[in-house]
Amino acid sequence: MGQIQLKQVTKSFGDVQVIPPLDLTIHDGEFTVFVGPSGCGKSTLLRLIAGLEDITTGHIEIDGADATDLVPAKRGLAMVFQSYALYPHMSVRKNIAFPLRMAKMDQAEIDRRVNAAAEVLNLADYIDRRPGQLSGGQRQRVAIGRAIVREPSAFLFDEPLSNLDAALRVGMRMEISELHKKLATTMVYVTHDQVEAMTMADKIVVLQAGVIEQVGSPLELYRKPRNTFVAGFIGSPKMNLISGEEAAKHDAATIGIRPEHIDVVPAGGTWTGTVGVAEHLGSDTFFHIHNTGLAETITVRAIGDVSLTHGDTIHLNPRMEELHRFGADGLRFD
Amino acid sequence: MARSVTPRRKLLNTTIAWAIGLLIFFPILWTILTSFKSEAQAIAAPPIFLGFDWTLENYRVVMERSDYARFLWNSIIIAGLSTVLGCIIAVPAAWSMAFVPSKRTKDILLWMLSTKMLPAVGVLYPIYLIFIELGLLDSRAGLVVVLMLINLPIIVWMLYTYFKEIPGEILEAARMDGATLRQELIYVLTPMAVPGIASTLLLNFILAWNEAFWTLNLTAVNAAPLTAFIASYSSPEGLFFAKLSAASTMAIAPILILGWFSQKQLVRGLTFGAVK
Repeated sequence: MGQIQLKQVTKSFGDVQVIPPLDLTIHDGEFTVFVGPSGCGKSTLLRLIAGLEDITTGHIEIDGADATDLVPAKRGLAMVFQSYALYPHMSVRKNIAFPLRMAKMDQAEIDRRVNAAAEVLNLADYIDRRPGQLSGGQRQRVAIGRAIVREPSAFLFDEPLSNLDAALRVGMRMEISELHKKLATTMVYVTHDQVEAMTMADKIVVLQAGVIEQVGSPLELYRKPRNTFVAGFIGSPKMNLISGEEAAKHDAATIGIRPEHIDVVPAGGTWTGTVGVAEHLGSDTFFHIHNTGLAETITVRAIGDVSLTHGDTIHLNPRMEELHRFGADGLRFD
Repeated sequence: MARSVTPRRKLLNTTIAWAIGLLIFFPILWTILTSFKSEAQAIAAPPIFLGFDWTLENYRVVMERSDYARFLWNSIIIAGLSTVLGCIIAVPAAWSMAFVPSKRTKDILLWMLSTKMLPAVGVLYPIYLIFIELGLLDSRAGLVVVLMLINLPIIVWMLYTYFKEIPGEILEAARMDGATLRQELIYVLTPMAVPGIASTLLLNFILAWNEAFWTLNLTAVNAAPLTAFIASYSSPEGLFFAKLSAASTMAIAPILILGWFSQKQLVRGLTFGAVK
């Protein structure tokens, strides 16, 4: 079990309210990702769930029971920190065994669980080393190991991959996803990286300034962003958001079209402009286009290596069925 | 960019370092050497460096004239107890300031440290009167309290600095892992802070051991520590350099040996590798 419910939760630091009243349900077994720009309150929200910060008003329920006033250890949650937060004076084995020792479990059971976790996380060879003798990826695995031995009702991850290099990050991303499939335990994961959110989540919670902008599956958010903020935040490269005359043609204050939904055509097309920067990735080419008559620079994603470069004229055809329309309040309408 | 050091440069650096080291150590060395001279050789001009008649006469006389063991015992009690007492008060204080800071934490730290800026003699009179009133003059208990209070700002400040270096996330992790506050302090904070606590204790012990203002002014016979023992050789009958040196050597020997053996552990840090 691992259902987490936030009911009218708020958090203030002094006079500053960082989380206005917020409701959220995280279902059992779900992989939920909190995503948003720096300072949006996503880590604070996670720490409120963990019990490391006290909520100012409202209630937190875990598996239907009120956990608002419970100390962190009594909530049955395990947390993986951004800095790993391993105990530097203990071996890997002792680090992983620590929560079990605190729970006064008998030694045979501790050994069994620690060995099982080390097996799952490929840590068996390093079990007697100290954290200082491990690489970043190995340290992160130890931190995860320390979380899984407790068999918690939910895992909390606070930007666990942001200290790793790009290649390792992709690897660990998959490992965590696989771990989730294997354990089928609720996971709450905080990141500022929308790619991590899109690839790992069952459910994404997009936050801005402590406010939930949208909750949904990755594809829901991609296909039907609720407002211009989510539209601009989810998807890579970013959605083109165009306002002014062009938007007015579609009876909207702002229209949005994703770079992958604009076709490059040999001639004609809705918009014609000149290529500013062309990013050739081999599999795709990203064009940043000026002089289309629109105020905004338009980003276009073309499949394959398209041989247009800086200064070339380009003809574009947005796919009208993929157009997003937003009102003056920034909200989407269909 | 790594700086390349030529062998010649290295030799020069080593020579300079040794020269400065010896310069600083020289007064102590001179004291030790003088303690083995006769009174005449001790004041000889030009001074004799090594070519004198080595003698243990001064030590014999000093041991005969004063009860070294009593002074030593007083020093150990006063320095030791004031350090332990200071630590018992300072660890929780530093812990709360480092991990549960308030808006005023920085001000409190500065305020505590500012008490060290007052010249000790400025409060001699009130403290002397209080000691008379409470019957604490020439008592070890009185000195323990005074020395503890005098060094407390430094202990708190040092421990605070060490605790600050321990990442808060590690303590939060312990809390998530089910450690109570007591377990958090015993299994996580203390092992990580041991080098810091040890060097604070040692420094404070040395400061208390060497403290001469209060120990000389507030003691006479019963509670007099080694500082008073040294001072007793610079009075009535005139200066006897060799005997004074012998007394000084005997007074600093314990602390010198303690410092020599503990220096290695104190430098070693434990927190490396916990947090990237």
